[in-house]
Formats: sequence, structure tokens, C-alpha cells
Amino acid sequence: MDMTRHRDLIAFIILVAFIPLLFKNPYYINILVFIGIYSIAATGLNLLMGYAGQISLGHAAFYAVGAYTSGILTLRYQVPFPAAAVLALAGAALLAYAIGMPCLRLRGHYLAMATLAAGEIIYIILNAAVPVTGGPSGIAGIPSLRLGPYDLDTDTGHYAVVWCLFVIVLILSRNILDSRIGRALRSLHSSEIAAGSLGVPVARIKLQVFVLSAVYAALAGVLYAHTVTFISPQTAEIMFSIQLITMVVIGGMGHLWGGVVGAAIVTVLPELLSAFHDYELVIYGCILLIMVMFLPGGLVRWVQRCIEVRMAPLMRKRS
Amino acid sequence: MSELSQIVQFLCTGVTIGSIYAMVGMGFTMIYNATGIINFAQGEFVMLGGLIMVSLTSSAHIPMPLGFFITVICVMLIGALFERCAIYPLKKPSVLTLIIITLAGSIIAKGVAMLVWGKQTYSLPHFSGDTPLIIAGAAILPQTLWILGILCCVVYGLSLFFNRTMLGKAMRACAVNPIAASLIGINVRYMVLLSFALSAALGAVAGICITPMLLMEFDRGALLGLKGFCAAALGGLGHSGGAVVAGLLIGIFESFGSGYLSSAYKDAIALIVLLAVLLLRPSGLFGSVEQNKLKDF
Repeated sequence: MDMTRHRDLIAFIILVAFIPLLFKNPYYINILVFIGIYSIAATGLNLLMGYAGQISLGHAAFYAVGAYTSGILTLRYQVPFPAAAVLALAGAALLAYAIGMPCLRLRGHYLAMATLAAGEIIYIILNAAVPVTGGPSGIAGIPSLRLGPYDLDTDTGHYAVVWCLFVIVLILSRNILDSRIGRALRSLHSSEIAAGSLGVPVARIKLQVFVLSAVYAALAGVLYAHTVTFISPQTAEIMFSIQLITMVVIGGMGHLWGGVVGAAIVTVLPELLSAFHDYELVIYGCILLIMVMFLPGGLVRWVQRCIEVRMAPLMRKRS
Repeated sequence: MSELSQIVQFLCTGVTIGSIYAMVGMGFTMIYNATGIINFAQGEFVMLGGLIMVSLTSSAHIPMPLGFFITVICVMLIGALFERCAIYPLKKPSVLTLIIITLAGSIIAKGVAMLVWGKQTYSLPHFSGDTPLIIAGAAILPQTLWILGILCCVVYGLSLFFNRTMLGKAMRACAVNPIAASLIGINVRYMVLLSFALSAALGAVAGICITPMLLMEFDRGALLGLKGFCAAALGGLGHSGGAVVAGLLIGIFESFGSGYLSSAYKDAIALIVLLAVLLLRPSGLFGSVEQNKLKDF
């Protein structure tokens, strides 16, 4: 393995492993668990937005489908957690395939509207199908994380599971982006027509990325269901889809680290600004607007550029 | 209640709500034609129209007709302001950027509405009393007639505007080909501004009309907008008359669906129609398939 190419990844894994030693307060660990969960979903959405140039306004629905499927299977049918999680991911993948197939042949707005509509339909079903989903009051008492004989229902247990899975997601995404598919994706982003004429199966690749990002969202949902042990239709609200989009836009569309940086900011910000709770919507809207208009590359790239500019004179001196 | 009167009743309810979807759908069409943008904030214009009208008439005691005009003008200004602040400064934006920007606009509108009006639900008095007329055994509210009348006026007014006035013709020219339009001296940026203002006005009218029947609160906009988009897509995006017919159709589906099938799933009906249209016939009922392929979408 070429170590220099993976420097950032290795540094990140070390950081993730040592952070719990710094924060003893369970409140902070809990926030970190949520950052991990949202990072998984945001990284998936980032693949779709940043690399395939498509947008999904219904990602909360996949998150909720993951959470409800896994929650219901483990609670009512005593399916063990890993099996239920796999079934939940498969369910979300099928749903994404069904929604994406007709829409990705078309471009731009259509997928946005179709995912918005599909997300809203799922929200309505979760509220209305009371015998299955518990309706607006949701489902409580979902079994917590457990892997075979190991009970992981502690803050550090949650932290370990969530962040291990995030690191796996990150490595998987990075390998995909470095592969043939990744190169095809990047070519799509610059020009669909040129990519198509060079033999890139445009519609199929977009569909694959869409399904993959839905599976990531479902994985995040599964983790949410089993760490919080309670789910309600709120997980499928449009506002959560928009929060995920905000994470990607803040962090940086088309940058692998964008998802986690955005997730961290969007999760920590409301905790810091809890006095401004009523202004939350306005703040989210303004952040989205300002980021897209003035920093379309996101914070990660901006910081990178700032560092490069600072470092440039030093580098010159050294050479 | 006899079978016939029940059907008439459902039909009336459907046409009433369908008129609203038709107006919102026309708003989508107007902006789409002028700019190629799907304005995700369209539904918020409806919500703002309803709530501003409530404040003007119930709190400030301005008479209804005057309140109507002031509300429409306020929402028009908001639409124009949004275009100037968020759309105008962009240079060669991608579809993704535009979606995110209009989405951000809709969240800001919703957030500000929540700060101004709070989370409670507001109502407006019906335009001319709420004693229902009995027609074929069905109770029809006068408001239904008002809404239908206003929809007719709006459609007629817009067709006059687009076919008889220089400004309307210039807007149509922009819809056909913005570059050619700018070559013959049409100010395309101004037309974009105008399309946002007009479509905001349409949303406001829809909001004022429907508030007496459905009530209004700060987070109603998104769903109304989405259903309006269903109308625009079913009618063939960019086809104004199509949006009106499709809006009425969707309203009627919804009303019969909630009557005969299940009222809990009422809101899902329009959305299922939208998914079906996207799946089976993305050019809609009235759009041509060839033209749809050429659209910059």
C-alpha cells in the first residue's frame, strides 16, 4: 500500500480512535455518535451531488426506511441486529432503484422533484399506516446495538460501532472514486454528452451512485434506530433531507471529506446556538444561500486553498 | 345523500382545490419558461399570500378587495427581491446550484414566516358568506364559485397579457429563445425579474383564495408547491394551459380518492400521479415528446 497517498485517512483513523479519550463527558460522546451517523448519510449524498451532479430531496426517506425496517424486524420478529440491518439496506436499495430508474434517464430537476415526492409519500405512509409503523407516535423500545454475545449499549460502544462503520464507508467510497466508475463519474460531472460519447453508460452510472447513496442513508438510519431505540416519522421529514444537503454544501460538494466536516458543523451548530432555536430555519436557509453563492466549493476546499496560499512563500524559500 | 349528489359534492371540492394547484402550476410554468428554473420556493408564495392577507384584513382591518391588491403587490415585491438577491448575481449557474438556491429561498421564507406569524393556524372569512348553495343535492360554498371565477379571470388575463401586450410578447420571445430575444432588443434579465414577480403574484392569489377554506400556517407552502408542480408536470412542463387542466384533474382525483379510498392517504395521490407521469410520460399530457428532449433539463 502506498502510505503517502493514504496519509489523510490514517491520520483520521488515529484521530477517531483517540478522541473518546479526550472527552469523558457522555454528552460530548453522544454528539460525536450523531456526527458519525450523519457523516455516513452525508458522504453518500455527497457522492450523488458532488460527483454525479444530481440532487436528492428525499434522502431522509431512505434514512427512515432503514431505521423502520431494522427497528421493526428486530423488535417484532426477533431478527438479530446484523441480519435486520442487511435487510434494511437491501430494502432501501430496492426502493432507490425503483425511484431512480425512471428519473435518472432524465436530467436535473426531475430527480429532485421525484425524490421530493417519493420522500413525502413515505412520510405520509409512516404517519398513516398505524398498525405497522405506530403512526405519528412512532415505535419505542427498539433493541439496542448488540453483535452476537457483545452488548454495545454504552456511549463508547455506540461510538465504536458508528465510527468504525463510517471509516469503512469512507474507504469504500474512496476506492470507488479511484476506480473506473469513479473516473467515469468525474467525467460525467464535467460533461455528460462528452462522457456518453466516450462510452460511459451515463444513466446506469448515475443510477448506481443514487442507489449507493441511498444505502448509505439507510445505514445511517439503522444506526440511529438502534442507538436512540426510538423512531418516529420525523426521521422522514423534508427538513432532514435539507439538513443533509446543507451538510454536503457546507463541507464541500465533490470532496470526500466534505460529508464529515459538514455533518460535524451542522450537528454542533444548533447545540452552540440553542438560544436561537426559533431562528434555526432562517439560519439554515441563509447558510445554504451564502455557501452556494460565495463558497460553492465548500469549507474543506476553502481551507485547503487558504493553507496553500499561506504555504506558498515558505515552499518557495525552501526550494 | 344520494349517489349523484355525492359525486357532485366531490367534484366541487376537487375543482376548488384543483384551481389552486392550477394557479401554482402556472406559476412554475412561467418561471420555467423564462429561465429554465424550477422554483422550489413557489409554494411559499402561496403561504405568504394567505398569511399577509390575514394580517391585513383581520389585524389591520383593511377591507378585503384593497387587502387583496396590497397582498398581491407585497408578494410580488418579495418574488422580485428574491430574484434580484439570489438569482441575478449568479454567473452561469448549474441546475444543481439553482435547485439549492431556490430551496434555500423557500426555507428562509418559511423561517421568517414562523418568526412573524408563529406556529399557529390562521383563517380568513369567506369572501361572501359561508351559507352553502344547494345544487343537485350537494352543498356548494360561494367561495368555490369565487375561486373558479378568479381562476377564469387569471387565465383570461394572462392570455390577454401574453398575446396582446408588447411586454407579454417579449416574455414569450424569451421563453422561445433568450439569445434571439436579446438580439432584437429585449431585456432578458428584466423579463426574468418580471416572471418571478408575476409567478409570485399568482401564488399570492392562490393563497388568498384558499385560506378561507383550508386555513393557513407557516409550513403549508412546501406541499402546496409540490402539488402545483405535479400539475405543471402532468400538463407538460412549460405548457401553461396544460397546467390549468392538469391542476383541475389532480384536484378532482384527490377529492374522489379521499372520498372513496382513504382520507389518510389523500396527500399522497397527487404525488403518485407525479411519479407515474415521470415514469410513463415525462412530457406530460400536453407537451410534445420531441420538444421535451430538446429542453435544457
